[in-house]
Amino acid sequence: MLERTARAIRDDIAAGRLSAVEVCRDSLERIEQLNPSLNAFNHVARDRALARAADVDRARASGGALGPLAGVPVALKDNLCVRGMRTTASSRILDTFVPPYDATVVRRLETAGAIIVGKTNCDEFAMGSSNENSAYGPVRNPWAVDRTPGGSSGGSAVAVASRSAAVALGSDTGGSIRQPASFCGVVGLKPTYGRVSRYGLIAFASSLDQIGPLARTASDAALMLEVLAGPDPCDSTASPQPVPDFTAALTGEIKGLRVGVPRGFVTDGVSEGVRRAFDEALDTLRREGASLVDVELPHARYAIPVYYLVATAEASSNLARYDGVRYGYRAAAGGNAGVKEMYSRTRDEGFGPEVKRRIMLGTYVLSAGYYDAFYLKAQQVRTLLRQDYDAAFEKVDVVAMPTSPTPPFRLGEKTDDPLQMYLADVFTVSANLAGLPAISVPCGFSDRLPIGLQLTGKLFDESTLLRVADAYQRITDWHTRAPGSA
Amino acid sequence: MASALTIADVERIAALSQLELTADEKELFRRQLADILAYAEQVQAIDTSGVPATAHVHARESMERADEPRGSLPVTEALGNAPDAAPDAGLFRVPRVIG
Repeated sequence: MLERTARAIRDDIAAGRLSAVEVCRDSLERIEQLNPSLNAFNHVARDRALARAADVDRARASGGALGPLAGVPVALKDNLCVRGMRTTASSRILDTFVPPYDATVVRRLETAGAIIVGKTNCDEFAMGSSNENSAYGPVRNPWAVDRTPGGSSGGSAVAVASRSAAVALGSDTGGSIRQPASFCGVVGLKPTYGRVSRYGLIAFASSLDQIGPLARTASDAALMLEVLAGPDPCDSTASPQPVPDFTAALTGEIKGLRVGVPRGFVTDGVSEGVRRAFDEALDTLRREGASLVDVELPHARYAIPVYYLVATAEASSNLARYDGVRYGYRAAAGGNAGVKEMYSRTRDEGFGPEVKRRIMLGTYVLSAGYYDAFYLKAQQVRTLLRQDYDAAFEKVDVVAMPTSPTPPFRLGEKTDDPLQMYLADVFTVSANLAGLPAISVPCGFSDRLPIGLQLTGKLFDESTLLRVADAYQRITDWHTRAPGSA
Repeated sequence: MASALTIADVERIAALSQLELTADEKELFRRQLADILAYAEQVQAIDTSGVPATAHVHARESMERADEPRGSLPVTEALGNAPDAAPDAGLFRVPRVIG
């Protein structure tokens, strides 16, 4: 029954054709069956999920009001806090952490009736593009188990692709929702910065982080965003902008849509298979009445260095809180060791190599003598990149690029060369730096590996992205194919 | 410059980062950080004179709300995840700080 969309599950439960407990059992069984091979979940919330599903069934039986996600099984990336549920960010340093409060998105999902089935594996503190930086081992791609599912929200993408959950939440700092969505053949939406509250998201880079949905259809992503979006007294960066009816935006109509294509940027390093799928997707949009317009993003080629300077600087500050005092792991300092030794030993033993690398890099670029040349410079180029997009959006409604320059790569292929791993994010980081919404939608296969089309929109214009992605899915069937290993 | 990052540089950054690194880690990070910084140096060729910095994309005025007291986390829960707490005293315990 998890072939159904979230909307169909919700409707079937509301109409009494399915029980929430049945759906929940189905999801839990699927997770148990697949987790030994795919490793998508760090934690399965079996009893809690079944109890809450029973609540939904009881509410229905007694004629109570059901929320827009009543009975829908949802998987949460393990960097989202759920009160009383172990939340690790896939880091040894948070191995035993049990949050005393709910993230705002968790509260909103559960108020809407969603059933949280478990916490998904990810790169440690959401730092990575392959899910290989997890303290709990890599997640495997259900389309080819020797390949990465992408990262950092790899477990959430696999949960949705493998039909273990109807929908999932991820977080996206430089592509961490969209790239795994692309690698696993599902839809991933990074909303506008500020569209969704970050309260209760374990912070990585606070000016870039944004929570968003992964789903098999853009229509389900719209349903999720309606529940997630809106202001929050607990996050001053959560925008007071009105939240539109995203479902009403799904008209199936894209006649007259202007699609910007930065041809000069989508060049080197794009694999043949990705290029073919991308060009075919653009052709499909054109046949439906969209026009393709050349746009220039002259500073997009600097987005990777800018991103890795800004994100690591913010991370070095955010991760200073892990010191073995208030929560998480503390190293045995031993002997006559003082507090400083305890701090540094705790952090050395608690953090994995990529997290240490980024803390070090961020500390370096913020340090005296390098601040202006690296950090300030990166922030200025960030402004130029935003201006590139402002100019492009004078002419077009959305900008199209591949989500990833290549199909899913092999596990271990890039682990020895961090810089090569960073280059995998070439098409995704710009949206975070400019704060723009962006969506990845399945647009084909290369050697039986999924490819994603990325559409970037104007600030707070998720409606157009969802409308285009939904219209594209109405006339293509890439998203209906299920992976062989799942 | 970055491309000439030394072990001493790495030790200095590690100290600022509160990280105790092994000798192998120092050498690995020296090489990898030098590669990444050499790549990042390309931003320095861009003319940014007069360009304001973006620290945050929504540079609107700060959000304010009424200054009214609200409930907060009870002390026992705030201490609940601490590796070494003294709940009766309401304190986190740490190794010696001075001397």
